[in-house]
Amino acid sequence: MSSPLLTTEDLSIGYVNDQAEPVAVISSINLTLGRGETLGLVGESGCGKSTLLLALMAYQKAGLQRLGGRLEFLGEDMVAMSARDLQKLRGGQMALIPQNAGQALTPTMRIESQIFEALRLHSNLGMAAWRSRSIELLERVQLARPGEMLKRYPHELSGGQQQRVAIAMALAGEPDLLLLDEPTTGLDVTTQVHVLDLLRDIVAETQTAMIYVSHDIGVISAVCEKIAIMYAGELVELGEKQQLINQPAHPYTQGLLDSIPKLHQSRLPVGMEGRQPQPGLRDFSSQCVFLDRCGHAQPICEQSKPGLLKLPGQAVKCHFGEQTLALKDLATGSQVAKPEGFSKVVLQVSDLCVSYDRPSLKRRIMGDKADLTVQDIAFEIRQGEILGLVGESGSGKSTLLKTVAGLQQPLSGSMVLNEKFDLSYAVGKRAPECQQRIQLVFQNPDASLNPSHTIEEILARPIALYFGGSESAISEEIDQMLERVNLPVAYRHRYPGQLSGGEKQRIAIARALVAKPDLILCDEITSALDVSVQASIMKLLLRLRDESQLAILFVSHDLAVVNALADQVVVLQQGRIRESGRVYDVFSSPEHEYTQSLLASVL
Amino acid sequence: MTSLKLILTAIGSSRSGLLGLSMVGLHLLFALTSPWLVPYSFDSQSEIIGHIGPSFQHWGGLDTLGRDVLTRTMLGGRQAILITLLGTLLAVSWGGFFGIVAGYSGGRVDEAIMRCIDIFLAVPFMIFLLLIIATYGNDPDVMILTLGFFYGIGVVRLARAATLEVVVKDYVLSAKARGEGIYSIIFREILPNVRDVLLVEAAMRWSWMLLAFSALSFLGFGITPPTPDWGLMIASARIYLPLAPWPVLLPMIALSSLIIGINLTADALAKSLGLDRITRTVI
Repeated sequence: MSSPLLTTEDLSIGYVNDQAEPVAVISSINLTLGRGETLGLVGESGCGKSTLLLALMAYQKAGLQRLGGRLEFLGEDMVAMSARDLQKLRGGQMALIPQNAGQALTPTMRIESQIFEALRLHSNLGMAAWRSRSIELLERVQLARPGEMLKRYPHELSGGQQQRVAIAMALAGEPDLLLLDEPTTGLDVTTQVHVLDLLRDIVAETQTAMIYVSHDIGVISAVCEKIAIMYAGELVELGEKQQLINQPAHPYTQGLLDSIPKLHQSRLPVGMEGRQPQPGLRDFSSQCVFLDRCGHAQPICEQSKPGLLKLPGQAVKCHFGEQTLALKDLATGSQVAKPEGFSKVVLQVSDLCVSYDRPSLKRRIMGDKADLTVQDIAFEIRQGEILGLVGESGSGKSTLLKTVAGLQQPLSGSMVLNEKFDLSYAVGKRAPECQQRIQLVFQNPDASLNPSHTIEEILARPIALYFGGSESAISEEIDQMLERVNLPVAYRHRYPGQLSGGEKQRIAIARALVAKPDLILCDEITSALDVSVQASIMKLLLRLRDESQLAILFVSHDLAVVNALADQVVVLQQGRIRESGRVYDVFSSPEHEYTQSLLASVL
Repeated sequence: MTSLKLILTAIGSSRSGLLGLSMVGLHLLFALTSPWLVPYSFDSQSEIIGHIGPSFQHWGGLDTLGRDVLTRTMLGGRQAILITLLGTLLAVSWGGFFGIVAGYSGGRVDEAIMRCIDIFLAVPFMIFLLLIIATYGNDPDVMILTLGFFYGIGVVRLARAATLEVVVKDYVLSAKARGEGIYSIIFREILPNVRDVLLVEAAMRWSWMLLAFSALSFLGFGITPPTPDWGLMIASARIYLPLAPWPVLLPMIALSSLIIGINLTADALAKSLGLDRITRTVI
């Protein structure tokens, strides 16, 4: 191979505050990337992967600065480059594809003008050639009817199409290196597969090198040949894709891989305890950064920082890199015992139709029917049962959940709780007992917990609302509940902002549980969390189900999570049930083609 | 108590905030204690009639009626500060409440409240203010009610805008799904999260109201003489400005230092709460 495309040597990025020592957010990154190579950067949120990606363009967000190290692109020192030269390079020879293309495209400009802008800045073509080149680019990213697409505004495109336009713009300068920051994270699984296919084709045809940042190791392994694992701002393992996935040498990589629920095994993933250290709180310059969470930690890990240990085909930052290889497969998840023979039906839904559309009087007289968001939905959940509701965005799964919660009025059909309560009223008009027996847990705990309330206030409110009772009794119940969700009792005086994402979600679950519900509605409750945290939340949910014989309606787009957790599954597409049944039956032999395509899209 | 302490530390952590806070604090302290500090009575006249400049006996000089300017300046803010503080409290309370109700309810309630607000915004309020005071007199309670009402109109819009950002959050939905009533949602879930915005707005409104109050006094609709008041003092001494600047300058310095102090405090408060002062939206 000729000279490398991109090299970094001890690259550190951080910030300087009042303290004497600067705080490194990413430290001592050594990377080499050759032409046409593809590298995936994997890590959980806050590990510095996006910061590193931007640093590779010699760009730092406000407040951050380069603390040291070298960065070379095509043999040139990027640190020493002038702002003007960097400007030419960025978007030209190295192009960034952002996470959310919908936000990266200017909403008031037609696609045409945005691509022309990229061509004007980063190609030698004359104005006359811009249009034909734009069409070529859009064809390159497999957008149908490119001529028509050029005239559209970003909001007139779907998420997948927007992402394709962003890729086309990045290709305008015929880059040698593509930098991708989670470009498929907001997309549906089936769309994601198409975008990944496209990226793979582009790399294969044009010999463009690629650095792909993602939290999802499945996505990375679909497009990248090499994988680098980041933890707390350090590269802890680097290796060829197959080798790293089959034989992870770093304990963190092993934990990460074990945390991912897999479609072919219906067992709970293992998960990892603890949380990633925040930059600046502790000095890791003379000890292993993974020390606190490592199950194999030895005294030496505390006394000296491991260097990068070179193994054939991979490199690992661990004192025991060779030994940990052998430890693989010791940790296996627990098989979920799926209880049989339920008795009581907690929720029975039949012929349910919901519509957001309110037809005008004229339309009603004319006999027009309202547009139905979901229609003819029928399912039941029994005590102690978890029902998974899967589907892509727009399939109506959230609408269905809101309708059961009483936040959306159904158009027709019936919902019955515990075989006696009619749920077809809005939540305010339901009997207090109904309100108490159905509880909702939201996707994003940052938004579902009031930032102005302490944990104590958050948990006390449902108790006071439904049951009343003396302050000391409520206080005691809060203590018990915090213990049940594995949180220290001392957390009661904290605010949500002082907790990590997983801890916040535990509080949200605890808030639902203090109401002593029969049915908990979970709206994508693990999808905003890191995989290692997701695993522990899943474990908690199952334990709580077994302890209190809860019925759980679990909405998710992640089939692997549903596979590990649920007993029954309902597959929704465009507001209709496509398939339902026991999870094992549906996932092992899907009958509907939509279910088949969903399952095929799982990476 | 703890949240007040937090707010004060937040303001005090920046240099301009500390300066502003101490200016406002000093003014408040003076307003409370000045009756016991002043060297003369506010209406006692010196034997020397006519304007004389600062002297050893009269540091601020004398006004046309031979009264001590320093004494009158020290006392001149008491009424203004009390009336505008209560007026601000009233403005932010009613404006905040209706703004949150409009923002939370949406639909027809929102429409009804906001159109009423639009009508009042279209009225030149200084003229209305003069009309009301001319009709009902310039008693402090009339002043507080009218100033509080007119300055609350803008608060409604602001509180509604801040509420619209909060109502879409899942914790409000969660409270609704729990079966909470509207007042519980407004006071428990929404109010704590728009409080910061209202607090900064209250500081700004206070400074504007002080200016308006002084303007009223200047026009002769505010405080009745011989009660000392900054606006009134400036008005009565302004024609002698070239001959005797002291009776105008001293109350002017007092008024502007208070307003600058409030503005500095509001800025520091907004900055420490992460709000943009101009738009008062979260940045």
